Amino acid sequence: MPDSINTPLLRLENIGKEYYGNRVLSEISFEINSGEIIGLVGENGAGKSTLLNILFGMPVINSTGGHEGNLYLDGKKVNFNSPNQALAAGIGMVHQEFSLIPGFTATENILLNREVLNGSLMSYVFSDRVSTLDRDAMRQRASAAISTLGVHISPDMLINEMPVGYKQFIEIAREIDRKNTRLLFLDEPTAVLTEQEAEILLIALKKLAKSGIAIVFISHRLSEVKELCDRILVLRDGKLITDESAENLTTRQIATLMVGRESLRKEEPVEIPENPVEEVNVDETLGVAPAGDDVETKMLKKKKKKKPALRVEHLWVDMPGETVRDVSFEVQKGEIFGIGGLAGHGKLGIPNGIMGLYPAGGKVKLFGKKLALNKPRAALNRKMAFVSEDRRGVGLLLDEPLDWNITFTAMQTQGRFLFGIPFIFQMRNELAMANETKKFIEALEIKCTGPKQKAGELSGGNQQKVCLAKAFVLRPDILLICEPTRGIDIGAKTLVLDTLKQYNKENGTTIIVTSSELEELRSVCDRVAIVDEGKIAGILPASRPAEEFGMLMMGEKMRAASAATE
Amino acid sequence: MIRKLFDIIAGHAVPAVFIIISAFAIPLSGFSASYLVQELLTRIGRNSFLILSLLIPIMAGMGLNFGMVLGAMAGQIGLIFICDWGIVGIPGMVLACLIGTPIAIVLGIFCGMILNRAKGREMVTSYILGFFINGVYQMTVLYLMGWIIPITNPALLLSRGYGVRNAVSLSGIRAVLDNLIPTVITNPEGAKQFLNINGAGSFILVQLPFFDGAIRLPLATFVIIGLFCLFIVWFRKTKLGQDMRAIGQNQSVADSAGIPVNRTRIIAIVISTVLACYGQIIYLQNMGTLNTYNSHDQAGMFSIAALLIGGASVSKASITNVFVGVILFHLMFIVAPMAGKNLIGEAQIGEYFRVFVSYGIIAIALVLHAWKRNREREAARRSLRGGEN
Repeated sequence: MPDSINTPLLRLENIGKEYYGNRVLSEISFEINSGEIIGLVGENGAGKSTLLNILFGMPVINSTGGHEGNLYLDGKKVNFNSPNQALAAGIGMVHQEFSLIPGFTATENILLNREVLNGSLMSYVFSDRVSTLDRDAMRQRASAAISTLGVHISPDMLINEMPVGYKQFIEIAREIDRKNTRLLFLDEPTAVLTEQEAEILLIALKKLAKSGIAIVFISHRLSEVKELCDRILVLRDGKLITDESAENLTTRQIATLMVGRESLRKEEPVEIPENPVEEVNVDETLGVAPAGDDVETKMLKKKKKKKPALRVEHLWVDMPGETVRDVSFEVQKGEIFGIGGLAGHGKLGIPNGIMGLYPAGGKVKLFGKKLALNKPRAALNRKMAFVSEDRRGVGLLLDEPLDWNITFTAMQTQGRFLFGIPFIFQMRNELAMANETKKFIEALEIKCTGPKQKAGELSGGNQQKVCLAKAFVLRPDILLICEPTRGIDIGAKTLVLDTLKQYNKENGTTIIVTSSELEELRSVCDRVAIVDEGKIAGILPASRPAEEFGMLMMGEKMRAASAATE
Repeated sequence: MIRKLFDIIAGHAVPAVFIIISAFAIPLSGFSASYLVQELLTRIGRNSFLILSLLIPIMAGMGLNFGMVLGAMAGQIGLIFICDWGIVGIPGMVLACLIGTPIAIVLGIFCGMILNRAKGREMVTSYILGFFINGVYQMTVLYLMGWIIPITNPALLLSRGYGVRNAVSLSGIRAVLDNLIPTVITNPEGAKQFLNINGAGSFILVQLPFFDGAIRLPLATFVIIGLFCLFIVWFRKTKLGQDMRAIGQNQSVADSAGIPVNRTRIIAIVISTVLACYGQIIYLQNMGTLNTYNSHDQAGMFSIAALLIGGASVSKASITNVFVGVILFHLMFIVAPMAGKNLIGEAQIGEYFRVFVSYGIIAIALVLHAWKRNREREAARRSLRGGEN
């Protein structure tokens, strides 16, 4: 194709997207050429998935009013209204979640809905769907696709008997088998692979690119992106920040670009720390897997006299989509402890598991005494309070009035706001409930008509305040809060965060905050733990530059660790 | 290891229990072997087709199709018409099928469309849908027939002039399929006697030297059932069958691969409904009478119970399950009343037992299914975590 030298395979021109007035992408323009490998990196919420959805014609884009800008494939303007159109145009996509059928063999999955058929008379009368499958030809095609990847997987192996890494290869083999695939999107393909498997995959991808297929590689493992890709695109807050050849960027630079230079500038004008001693320190932190002991002890000098309020050892939690694998940390009394990390890596699983909302195991000690897991009541009885990230589902009784919502847990677990004889006959003390609620409405500036308004009628920010009040009423020793500012406006955000700080100062309550917003954690917390793939990547004092947290989030600890051992 | 053993036993617990019960009940009943074989052969011929019609929706992940009674009703409407028109024999049966088919297709599409709106709750939805369509059927048969829908034969109508009688005699087509190729199995001595009475030529005589007594084999019915089995084997190999298996395992994956999920599910239910219509016609030609308002009632329940007893589950069923199930279920039907009578002096106990068993077995199968699915989900979560904790 002589044309391909001049015309890029795919060209994006000023692509933008708004969801209900909320801008998630603006003016994205770049080109992809045949045989090129492009790394697309960015934090959660930077707009990567929206961009993919646009390029793959996902229905969510069309149903929310389409997108701005133009797409050109081979120089011709295209617009995908459904994934099938994108597939027909030769765009393949390997999603983060496996889309494989567990009871089918590798062959059946690779050729799903593209089976080789035996011709038959019946197919003329009805449709192709009544033709029988040509199993031998199917197996041959599947083997061919698998061997292109340079791995050895039997085409007759059932998916549910495969290790996770194999499944990823089968997914990719399926896209390769599509004869017209020219552009392949890979969304976090190495997230579930072991290091060795990841290496094989990278080699296979390079081979594929040589055969002329363009690849867009999305990963949080920056060292892989750097190793594999020809060009690296960095997305931040819906904008394309960088479009640079991979050779010109270091992983550290990429991390800095992703997290955002502006926030860095406040603390550190230079990208590389000027003090070499600190540099060593950072690497040590990165190297020690479960808890950065050095840093921890250093910063704990100030608070050394305080007892550990919460000690977590080898915690695992089966929370769907937020699996926690092996987490250990300690929280001091009176501390505000932050848990951050990318979505889906398990940060939400930690508080949910400690509170007993999802099946969990490991050891949790509260003020030196063991806490029974998997029993929310046990946690509540030990004076722990929990503000769920699922405000409307777990946090509130939406159809009940505010005073019920605020006093409900206290009534159930501590027997307060009741009168009568315990265990025999008790009634709600409506007056006490209303008074307590009024106190919180005033203190937290909850905008409502009064204690009898239904919780479901309040705005998100005010609902969040009600959730906080509900936790405060319990007079907890330890307060666990998930995503305190999710879905609420800026004004309410500041108030919620200030309330937390104030509550901590006045009552000395230990607070554990889990949030996706790193800046928020850094502004409220004393220390912040970063969770990566179900494990703690490191614990740093909040005063450390954002860039270091960014590196931890992107899984750089593995690279650093292996570099340290060599 | 112990877990594996436990899985094997749990997987076959239901048929095993039935084999054990039968092993005790058969000697207690005192029936001769030839009587039992005769009864079993008759019932296999009578019921297998209905049970086989359940297989395809299970393959498509729609569970046990309680909606097969819709097909049964369609078949019965066909039978009422041929009785009215006085068409007898094989042509009568074929005509009944031809009348029933379009009705079954329409009902199947209707059922499929509703089940597509109730994904994950197909079984209870199709069960209730059966009651709803039963209402429509009763209105049609009880009020419209003889009034708007012409029924001329007064023997079919209630004395008030419209509405079909409760019992319709199917004497015109009674056992026509069963006796189409008359076959008798007996020993050489019995064969001689038989030939003396009936004369040669009109029967296929199978002589087994050690066989005691004589048995009539509904050969033509068995041939049709055999063809149906071949159809299912072939169907599994087709693209459509493959699509159904894919949908049965994971709808969203099948959807993203471009398989038309909803359409395929409707096809599965339509095939099942049409086959249930034929199955009910075969069933009733063997019985010889049509209980206008009751015959279809138990068709779904007993077929499903038989399939489950054969070792099938809500998500997995094979042709073997069908035949093991029909043999075990009906063996119990035959021997339980007699065994009960000989043991306690009451035949009712057997009757009670068989109704109790068929409902109980469905409940057990559903509970087992839920339990198994929970365990699978837990295992999946454990593998996600990656630890051995």
